[in-house]
Amino acid sequence: MEKKRVVVGMSGGVDSSVAAYLLKEQGYDVVGVTMQIWQDEDPEQVQENGGCCGLTAVDDARRVANALGIPYYVMNFKKPFEENVIDYFVREYLEGRTPNPCIACNRYVKWESLLERSLAIGAEYIATGHYAKVVRLENGRYALEQSATLEKDQTYALYNLNQEQLARTLMPVGDYTKEEVRQMAEKISVRIANKPDSQEICFVPDKDYAGFIERHTGAPSKEGDFVDLEGRVLGRHKGIAHYTVGQRKGLGLSLGRPCFVVEIRPQTGEVVVGTDQDVYAIGCIADRLNFMPFEQLEGTLRVQGKVRYNQKASDCTVRMIGEDRLECIFDTPQRAVTPGQALVLYDKNLVVGGGTILASIKKE
Amino acid sequence: MKETIYLDHAATTPVKQEVLEAMLPFFTESFGNPSSIYSFAQDSKQALEEARETIAKGIGALDREIYFTGSGTEADNWAIKGVAESYRSKGNHIITSKVEHHAVLHACEYLEKNGFEVTYLDVDADGIVDLEQLKSSIKDTTILITIMFANNEIGTVQPIREIGRIAKERGVLFHTDAVQAIGHVPVDVNDLGVDLLSISGHKFYGPKGVGVLYARKTVKLKAFIHGGGQERGRRGGTENVPGIVGMAKAMELALADMEEESARQRELRDYVKERILEKVPYARLNGHPEKRLPNNVNISFRFIEGESLLIMLDMKGICASSGSACTSGSLDPSHVLLAIGLPHEIAHGSLRISLGESSTREDMDTLVEALVPIVEKLRAMSPLYEDFVKNNG
Repeated sequence: MEKKRVVVGMSGGVDSSVAAYLLKEQGYDVVGVTMQIWQDEDPEQVQENGGCCGLTAVDDARRVANALGIPYYVMNFKKPFEENVIDYFVREYLEGRTPNPCIACNRYVKWESLLERSLAIGAEYIATGHYAKVVRLENGRYALEQSATLEKDQTYALYNLNQEQLARTLMPVGDYTKEEVRQMAEKISVRIANKPDSQEICFVPDKDYAGFIERHTGAPSKEGDFVDLEGRVLGRHKGIAHYTVGQRKGLGLSLGRPCFVVEIRPQTGEVVVGTDQDVYAIGCIADRLNFMPFEQLEGTLRVQGKVRYNQKASDCTVRMIGEDRLECIFDTPQRAVTPGQALVLYDKNLVVGGGTILASIKKE
Repeated sequence: MKETIYLDHAATTPVKQEVLEAMLPFFTESFGNPSSIYSFAQDSKQALEEARETIAKGIGALDREIYFTGSGTEADNWAIKGVAESYRSKGNHIITSKVEHHAVLHACEYLEKNGFEVTYLDVDADGIVDLEQLKSSIKDTTILITIMFANNEIGTVQPIREIGRIAKERGVLFHTDAVQAIGHVPVDVNDLGVDLLSISGHKFYGPKGVGVLYARKTVKLKAFIHGGGQERGRRGGTENVPGIVGMAKAMELALADMEEESARQRELRDYVKERILEKVPYARLNGHPEKRLPNNVNISFRFIEGESLLIMLDMKGICASSGSACTSGSLDPSHVLLAIGLPHEIAHGSLRISLGESSTREDMDTLVEALVPIVEKLRAMSPLYEDFVKNNG
């Protein structure tokens, strides 16, 4: 019987290297691929940058692929990345939201462009080193489950995958703990780069998002007013793209009390500041929805919701309030519920789905 | 075990057995430093000078016009930056073309950042430079014209003799990157009116890591690599004697049967080109149909990604290349294909095969047999192709 071909997205790091190793052990015809997605003008900057898809990733991944004895290729995804991730990132910031480009990259670049090209070269699956599990439910649908290692769980950035994509996805490291994965990495007799888990945005290595947006659009940031909740002008800000909800540092306001960004108003160019208490919201409205265990949400559902990558999931009640529009009310107020970020819903370990936060709900 | 069919000789070639044998004694036996005084080193010195003579003869130059370098890229850099520096008092204008190798383009861009003015000539749909534009671009401050002999991607051979004549008439130095041409087409620097010329050893079955810059004796050429007195004080660093000996041997062998071998490859080239164009619809040949290297075929297939095509050919043991050299770190489509007027999406779907001495008619048949179903499969998955068929069916 012919072995099934699977394309593994490889960064040269421990997790994706072990994913490739495991699949090979399981008898797949494994092909390693590193995606090249963006290019810095300045070669020195590129060299500094690790991340999942930088140029150093290519050298590292190639070495691992050689050690595993699997074919290895570099694929160019510059165009889909620009269109689906960078343009989206810039647009969202200019509209006063705080985007999550990793989610967009997963959904449109990894699970669309890479999957498409992998199928084209005869693969049946794509695989990654994500800490998450793909499960088949009793009703025949596919869903993600949180990995054995909760602190490494990466399901938040994957809630958006659709059924066709999940059906063609393997995430072999999701069954193991971080420690077990590290031990397996030692069996691959090659030095594997111990890269820190990057939560930075790979195409803005200096973290100066506003500067990146200025260079990308060729337009300087538009200054505006800081206002309080009553509308009183407190000072001038550097442009809305410099801020996100909950931010305290770098506001440049000296009011004799700590101030936090509470809201960004793109129409008026105002940034609203208030107390830490004002940053809390009881719920949110989300759109661009995706559900895993079912196609449509009916009635109300008790689940746990997460509004930021690094927050804990909290009990909440969700219901549909219109076409592609969901209302989520938490049992306890949540900090920094930010338009543009993802609301991801869980039923214990199972990813129920999620959407993009459209607006926060301050009071019940 | 699948057999490898190597069709990427424009990227590099294997070292010939005879070349290797000529090189070997200079690693272990005659390893002396050519600059040393004792008689033991004389073998190295003599071999070096014999190699210089062989190469000079091969391109119709004088021995003292031959400078050994570490690569074709170094030769290009030296020619361009060296002339720029030496002739700066005369002017700061350089003329090149849009289809040059990056060794030339990036050297020119570097000079632009340092106060030089560079004109990048257009090419026509076949990749040939516009001679009228060349003439009208020359001005009092022009110090160098650098136009490649033959293009590494699409194989188009430029009208070098005409360019040489124009350069001479206007009193401007002419450099040509002949890396792809040596061993495939006759090159005589005096006949062609070339003042500087770059060569790379590993493109004609010599070793990697060695090249040549030819510079006419009248050219004021400053040192590029400062060091000892090697290469008449112009290129410091102990000479790569085995590499240089190998390169000279390789050139001697390549020139000995060039006419015959080129004719053989030209026939194979036309055979495989016709087979592909006949069997695959919506495909086009890039580069000039006749004025091209005897071993180069470059074809664009609409509605497919060249990258996927190369991967699938590789899975069948066929080594080829594409316009977009992604692994080298560049994510943009080939500047050459864009310069001949191909839109981005077609430039992305290109395949370059470059034949060599080992290539056979069977290889060509194997390639076509593999290629046809791969293109069909990739097109079957392409939404663009689906739309096209719907609208034109």
